[in-house]
Amino acid sequence: MKRRDFLKSVTAVAAGSVLPAAPAVWSPAKAQSRQETLLIVSESGPNNIDIHGVGTTVPGYEVSWNCYDRLISHEMKTGENGAPYYDRDKFKPELAEDMNVGDMSVTFKLKKNATFHDGTPVTAKDVKWSFDRAVTVGGFPTFQMKAGSLEKPEQFVVVDDHTVRVDFLRKDRLTIPDLAVIVPCVMNSELVKKHADEKDPWGLEYTKQNTAGSGAYRVASWKAGTEVIYERNDKWTGGPLPKVRRVIWRMVPSSGNRRALLERGDADISYDLPNKDFAELKNVGKLSIISTPYSNGIQYIGMNVKNPPFDNLKVRQAVAYAIPYQKIMDAVLFGLAKPTFGAPPDAATQVAWPQPDKYFTDIAKARQLLAEAGYPNGFETTLSFDLGFAGVNEPLCVLTQESLAQIGIKTTINKIPGSNWRTELNKKVMPLFTNVFSGWLDYPEYFFYWCYHGQNAVFNTMSYQSKEMDALIDGARAAAAVGNTKDYDKDVKGFVDLAFSDIPRIPLFQPYVNVAMQKNVTGYQYWFHRRLDYRSLVKG
Amino acid sequence: MLRQIGKRLLTVIPSLIGVVIVTFLLTRVLPGDTAAYFAGPAASAQAIEEVRKQLGLDKPLPEQFLRYVVDLAHGDFGKSLTTGQPVIDDIASRLPASGELTLMGLVVAILIAVPLGILAAVKQGSLIDHACRMIATAGVSLPVFFTGLLLIYVFYFKLGWSPPPLGRLDVFYSPPPTVTGFYLIDSLLAGDLETFRAALAQLILPTATLAIFSLAPIARMTRASMLAVLASDFVRTARAGGLSSRTVILTYAFRNAMLPVVTTLGMVFSFLLGANVLVEKVFAWPGIGSYAVEALITSDFAPVQGFVLTMAVLYVMLNLGIDMLYGVIDPRMRVEG
Repeated sequence: MKRRDFLKSVTAVAAGSVLPAAPAVWSPAKAQSRQETLLIVSESGPNNIDIHGVGTTVPGYEVSWNCYDRLISHEMKTGENGAPYYDRDKFKPELAEDMNVGDMSVTFKLKKNATFHDGTPVTAKDVKWSFDRAVTVGGFPTFQMKAGSLEKPEQFVVVDDHTVRVDFLRKDRLTIPDLAVIVPCVMNSELVKKHADEKDPWGLEYTKQNTAGSGAYRVASWKAGTEVIYERNDKWTGGPLPKVRRVIWRMVPSSGNRRALLERGDADISYDLPNKDFAELKNVGKLSIISTPYSNGIQYIGMNVKNPPFDNLKVRQAVAYAIPYQKIMDAVLFGLAKPTFGAPPDAATQVAWPQPDKYFTDIAKARQLLAEAGYPNGFETTLSFDLGFAGVNEPLCVLTQESLAQIGIKTTINKIPGSNWRTELNKKVMPLFTNVFSGWLDYPEYFFYWCYHGQNAVFNTMSYQSKEMDALIDGARAAAAVGNTKDYDKDVKGFVDLAFSDIPRIPLFQPYVNVAMQKNVTGYQYWFHRRLDYRSLVKG
Repeated sequence: MLRQIGKRLLTVIPSLIGVVIVTFLLTRVLPGDTAAYFAGPAASAQAIEEVRKQLGLDKPLPEQFLRYVVDLAHGDFGKSLTTGQPVIDDIASRLPASGELTLMGLVVAILIAVPLGILAAVKQGSLIDHACRMIATAGVSLPVFFTGLLLIYVFYFKLGWSPPPLGRLDVFYSPPPTVTGFYLIDSLLAGDLETFRAALAQLILPTATLAIFSLAPIARMTRASMLAVLASDFVRTARAGGLSSRTVILTYAFRNAMLPVVTTLGMVFSFLLGANVLVEKVFAWPGIGSYAVEALITSDFAPVQGFVLTMAVLYVMLNLGIDMLYGVIDPRMRVEG
């Protein structure tokens, strides 16, 4: 190549590379599909599209929810923010057309016209096989089934082709609600069995990559870490046919870009932006933003009560009075959370959870309590948090650190990588930490059973042990099972009061689920699992 | 030539063995417990142990290592827990994405930096020389994620000229049938100009980000090495012999100045692969850089090992290629085997 030609071509290419791309022009077919397609952007995607799988992460739950049916689901009601919110107490049929609750069992009649995506009819056999699978495979699905006293395959009985009965092991108010969560989904047993072998009797390898359900959507293509594409199942019988024909869920790791995509109108929905972005988007008003407090979920500061100094009640109270609650609400959460502190001194305890305690920031009082506890000069400790949620946790811990320093408690902040957080929680040795717990089943006794009961579950991160607390929690569970409201109310109020006075963990706030969508997207519903339900969404 | 390549490849084997051992050990020393992470939020200690057993992580380290090596010998890199796919498939589908982006970045950088360097050397001290210095300094001092975000902000968010930063193709296009894995080439092979245009449009901003970052070393090296050569005797002789300055500069001087430039290119290419990790995050690019980072965050061993191994092989091949290129450019450099 001659030098002149060379330079010429160089300049041409250089010029070409800085010229902007012309705005995209869509062929009519593409514009059409754009109308019928919903584009969701979020940070991370599924690693397994079967909730029964080993190590399925939360995004996989969303796939399961939309691609499989359960026997029953929940009705909608209007939430406190005016948006549709699932009704904990009202069930509606999904695969079942009829539910008949007896004393020690519940019987479901299946819809006769329900079919799986491949056209095979849904039968009682499939229901039994799927439930057997959920209680047998171990890990999260088995744990979740157990939470509703669903533990053994013998409990699931095929009566005839379209009738299935679930026998109760014991009376438990959570059994029926637990049949409406994501885990007891009904799978195409014949299809999955075809792909099962001795090493993998439940066909987990197949369902990891393929949907084998009867749900409103099926996964048409899944590129791990990049995108999930769903197509609507036009023969869905679980409810009214969804309006959106195609859903594309793209992973966009940078939150700034997710926001830009929304603001430019290229993406339809995103639900995991930082609070600051949601607060700003809310003010601008170009998008619809719906914020809903987590049901049965609280972010808290926990203290290890097994070891000094937090085995001392006065120390715990001192910390509770030294937390900069309002600063956290304003500077960390930008107001996007529901406070669970600072109730008026005369407020009566409710039969509800979460509810605010009566602590507020009072440094003088905290200092005095600490002196009474025998630590007039404070002490040193570490404050740990999960880096996986650093966006909220880090500023929250820094503010707490500053505030605790004022009463002489010197804290070193210990950032723990997300992959290591659960291991550390399990060890139960962190003296001071912040964490979130939320339960799918929205019942106070459920929350307390996992977080405060002496059985010392993983979520009792404080290693809290109290005979009195255990008696109240067990009492409430027993009363709920037989519908004894009087005892139930007494016990719930009892354990809430005890949790606040003994204060092994300091509730801070109920986090919000924030969803940002284009104005032409409507029909968002809040569900206990906090993921999107595509079936109700409409793109106008 | 072939014997030479063979010999070089033989020397590579010890380094690969080293890489296999080191990555295996490194991933095991990482903080984080894979079993606890994937056992889910509700796992009891017993459930975590079950998962640990399923993943084979309860075995002693030497046994784990042996299994890893045996699997590796069968071409099995293990399974990623984050994506749920075999690592080899993940890497095979993601490597072309990173490759296409990195190569584009490098080509654009060369096309701008080399002429710029030559001009700066020929007209030393002139305006263009200062401009070259300015551009190089600015380019190298901006971190890539910053340049990337800035470009997105200006060209996508503010001006709307660029398509949404959603990876290799806009959501409403389907990728061309895979031949090379490079969308630009595959779409042309399929004769699909619309997809070609769409893929190119997606490439412009990330390519520019990488090119801006890698301009500096190439331009500076070209300039320095040109200056040295231009001051040498044979150039003076060529000038004295009355050759046109075009012939002197391009045929005599540049050819001799190319050796250090090619070395730099090799280096730039390897650190572009590194810079890619951030650019891929910013542009939602489904490449191997973002894949490895994701795996690292969740202490997912197999992909990290697979990634490091792939990178090691790539570097080795790159070095080999550059050594071969030396011989082509400068016959004196041909090592006799």
